[in-house]
Amino acid sequence: MSAATYEDVLLAAAKSDPRIVVMTAENRAAIRGLPPLLGDRFIDVGICEQTMIGAATGLALRGRIPVVHALATFLVMRAFEFIRTDVGILGLPVKLVGAVPGFLSDGNGPTHQAIEDVSLMRGIPGMHVVCPSDERELVEALPAVLASPHPTYLRFNASPCRVEHHKPFALGQSELILDGQAVMLLGYGLLVPELVVAAQELRSAGIDAGVLNLRTLVPFDEAAVLKHAASARLLVTVEDHFKVGGLFSIVAELCLREHVSPHVLPLALDRWFRPALLPDVLRTEGFTGPAIAARVRDALATKKLHA
Amino acid sequence: MTDQAFRVRQHIVRMSGGGGCFIGASLSCADLVVYLYERVLDISPTTVTSRDRDYFFLSKGHDVPALYGALAERGYIDSARLDHHLQPGDNIYWHPSRAIPGVEFHSGSLGHLLSVSIGVAMGIRLDGGPGRAFVVLGDGELDEGSVWEGALVAGAKRLENLVVIVDRNEFQANIETESLIPLEPLADKWRAFGFGVVEVNGHDFADIERGFSILPLVAGHPTVVIARTVRGKGLPSIERRADRWFARFTEEEVNALLAELAGTARANLTSETLVVR
Repeated sequence: MSAATYEDVLLAAAKSDPRIVVMTAENRAAIRGLPPLLGDRFIDVGICEQTMIGAATGLALRGRIPVVHALATFLVMRAFEFIRTDVGILGLPVKLVGAVPGFLSDGNGPTHQAIEDVSLMRGIPGMHVVCPSDERELVEALPAVLASPHPTYLRFNASPCRVEHHKPFALGQSELILDGQAVMLLGYGLLVPELVVAAQELRSAGIDAGVLNLRTLVPFDEAAVLKHAASARLLVTVEDHFKVGGLFSIVAELCLREHVSPHVLPLALDRWFRPALLPDVLRTEGFTGPAIAARVRDALATKKLHA
Repeated sequence: MTDQAFRVRQHIVRMSGGGGCFIGASLSCADLVVYLYERVLDISPTTVTSRDRDYFFLSKGHDVPALYGALAERGYIDSARLDHHLQPGDNIYWHPSRAIPGVEFHSGSLGHLLSVSIGVAMGIRLDGGPGRAFVVLGDGELDEGSVWEGALVAGAKRLENLVVIVDRNEFQANIETESLIPLEPLADKWRAFGFGVVEVNGHDFADIERGFSILPLVAGHPTVVIARTVRGKGLPSIERRADRWFARFTEEEVNALLAELAGTARANLTSETLVVR
């Protein structure tokens, strides 16, 4: 039997919890089989992201747990003010599932590039931001997301699993995939497997590199990051997101607050990325494992850090 | 009801003193709000959290003095609490707060609560409940695209337990709707979106009654009641005045307006008119 999919887990949760209502703004890719199985509890409002969020709010006022689906860019930007004002002010348990975030929008072009989604969502008090690195983490995260009373943004990523996970998913807890004394690569989402490749390359070159898979950006595993900030010679934040407001910002805010000043190399986007199929995007934007490793080695040389 | 509406207008006028309030829009919907609470809504101070209640949403939140006035008259809150308007220790400010008993949801950003009321109507239907969702929209608010998105969805989902009330006072904030973004033919617009439509005089209780006597107006469809109203209704000094959208009156002016409301004098208003708030 093949492993459970997002759809399987959502269906099982909806069957055991009648409060769950599955909604979409006509983006059914991940939930195609659910309409006949959920009946009235599957609501497709058409291409109306604002109305979907408003209606999800109304359903939440009636005690439901709406799980809403749309392309990440339209969900968090077209409907941002509805999320902030209707869901956010009361902290209602609406679950926002954003499809093809970050590099996953590959060939769509800048209209579809959700690379400010983390920044926008974490700017709303009480909003959780969950960023699974593959399908296995996604399906592990979903029950925790549904059980939480918080509004949550789930940066949907059902990529095939390429990393061996050893730690069960929990909100606010990172997973140390590889420990490293010299360089710690911090990341989330679909780039985590590339970080593992990068760390292995660095290790082959004699640089003791590790990988921390953050898993959730809100709540944030501050203790783990501070531990590595104190011990590693270089922290590298890697994300398919604008440099402003994402992981680099979170780490910078944390370190400033805690009076620690590690060397940090932010690998993030300063502009919209060149559209292409995903493997080509990773290559042209410098986010493949080998490219990340090369950028880390350059930074070590430039900063004169002896790893 | 006439007496009650008079007292609600007195509350509104009092709230236009001190830090001021959006007096014009509050006065235009006052009779509608009073009528709904008196004759239509299945809700009372003791059933504000009942799952079977009707829900009442004020989407154009700046007319909240009308709602607070009605809630005070009906015993949801103490009338004396309205004196806390804009005091930091309470939650009575220029837009609705859910901290006030009877307020279902905050509003102020236009174009939100049609979709929230759609969700409530959907939720009631999922539960097989008896409740209905009522939402007041301003006519200026109809400029917002999200209103028409919501109208499309409400029509498509055949939400017959949803009732939209349009306070058609013919003003945007500071400009007449028909001179800026014309809305007519307004009834036809809603009809085209799948609503049962009825138009009433929003200041004539007998005519308002006609509008709400059959709900849903058309089985299997949401209803819209387009209420023709007058901004500033009850105070000739500010009726239909584009520059009296938001007002901050002196104590003397408030007293003069209360006399004008009672029909004993005409107020002489000298306070600066605030065009933008």
